[in-house]
Amino acid sequence: MPRYYTEEHEWIDVDGDVATVGITDFAQGQLGDIVFVEVPDTGAELSQGGDAAVVESVKAASDVYAPVDGTVTEGNAQLEEDPALVNSDPEGEGWFFRMTLSDKSQLDGLMDAKAYKAFCDAL
Amino acid sequence: MSESEDVIEEVATEVLPLDAWHRAKGARMVEFAGYWMPIQYEGIMAEHLWVRENAGLFDVSHMGQLVLSGDGVADAIEALVPGDIAALKPGRMRYSMLLADDGGILDDLMITNTGRGLYVVVNGAVKWDDIAHLREHLSDSIDINLLDEDGLLALQGPRAVDALVALGIRPEFDDILPVDQLVFMQAGPYKWGDIRLGISRSGYTGEDGFEISVAAEHIVALADALCALDMVKPIGLGARDSLRLEAGLPLYGHDLDEDIDPVEGDLAFAISKRRREEGGFPGAPRILGHMADGAPRKRVGLLVDGKMPVREGAKLFDGNTEIGVVTSGGFAPSVGAPIAMGYVPTGLSAPGTAVAAEVRGKRVACTVTAMPFIPHRYVRKQGA
Repeated sequence: MPRYYTEEHEWIDVDGDVATVGITDFAQGQLGDIVFVEVPDTGAELSQGGDAAVVESVKAASDVYAPVDGTVTEGNAQLEEDPALVNSDPEGEGWFFRMTLSDKSQLDGLMDAKAYKAFCDAL
Repeated sequence: MSESEDVIEEVATEVLPLDAWHRAKGARMVEFAGYWMPIQYEGIMAEHLWVRENAGLFDVSHMGQLVLSGDGVADAIEALVPGDIAALKPGRMRYSMLLADDGGILDDLMITNTGRGLYVVVNGAVKWDDIAHLREHLSDSIDINLLDEDGLLALQGPRAVDALVALGIRPEFDDILPVDQLVFMQAGPYKWGDIRLGISRSGYTGEDGFEISVAAEHIVALADALCALDMVKPIGLGARDSLRLEAGLPLYGHDLDEDIDPVEGDLAFAISKRRREEGGFPGAPRILGHMADGAPRKRVGLLVDGKMPVREGAKLFDGNTEIGVVTSGGFAPSVGAPIAMGYVPTGLSAPGTAVAAEVRGKRVACTVTAMPFIPHRYVRKQGA
């Protein structure tokens, strides 16, 4: 299952027409202790680069953007009870939401793991 | 570059004496009040909780340390602040506010009577404005010295006193109390080996603790010696903010500004009986009027329903009527929930009053509550 990354530090796992989205380990490290996550409602229509979710650390609220166009099929309900999952397992149990993909060609504009690592190293 | 030649020159962010020390300790540095400052080391949550249980070392060298001296300096400063400074005994300190002519708060500050003058600590972000204001309004017979070659450390938490004792800090003079016998808002000159320290039992976390003024050339050695103790860790600005919020303490530029007077800011405690009776401070008609008849608005604490933080700038509502604004807010590690402070009409300021905050277009239920959120643990009296 290929994993893509955005310059906004989201990851997206694609499985057929469905994708799982979260924020990267680098992003959680920058944010610090996560105390609240607001995931999108099921059925929400997302457009690439638009607001999709909000993640709040002790210090500040940050937007999480939709990596591609699509429709939300599920938000991660576990984050409501345990937002710190984003710190402890950002690229696993700490996923934010699942979505259908309406334009798979948008994935071509995203980074793979190697390109994302180089992107972070250059920051 | 096609930009015009006469662009305003950017003011470079300044570096404090402990800059390299913070970076070596793994701090994440941010610009604050014109300086590079550590926002966090291991993480705000852990640092916050450490201070409530142990001792945390904060670098607050960005703050302005001033010494005002000259005949009649206490009376002179009383024309600019509403506190009782004339009655302040040597070795004692007081929280007060620099007031504009209309009673608005220009800054909040700590004033200590050193016996030879007044040692004043002001906020870093407005220290140059404060100095200009003081110079303009105090007569030439009063000297104003900015201690710009001294750093300032805050050591805060229930084990802070043990840390200072462990370092072997001793009074500089025979008539000065041992450092562990100081009480809250008491100060004096001390020595660590040959190094002179100005120490007060004070701080801005709600915990017992000390603020330590030390020459910049010795600050690294002192910070190293403190952090070599197992009860002391360096703590960043992030936890300083969450600690002071839980302690119900306002942050200038956020919870207080030049439009807010001391009564609105819920700081009337800092205006003594004598000053209330005599007046003679800037904005006295407005401030004394607010004390007698109530101010139109008041700074209050807010308990937030649920887990979503309510932050600075969130509008407050009573039903559909906008009534005020949140001036500080966030997740409170020791409370385990989001808390906030903000301004509401005095008629809606009683603890228990239900209001709502607007966050990203949604209403969040809040309850006005008495502050502090976490009880202060100042050492006000020495045992028996």
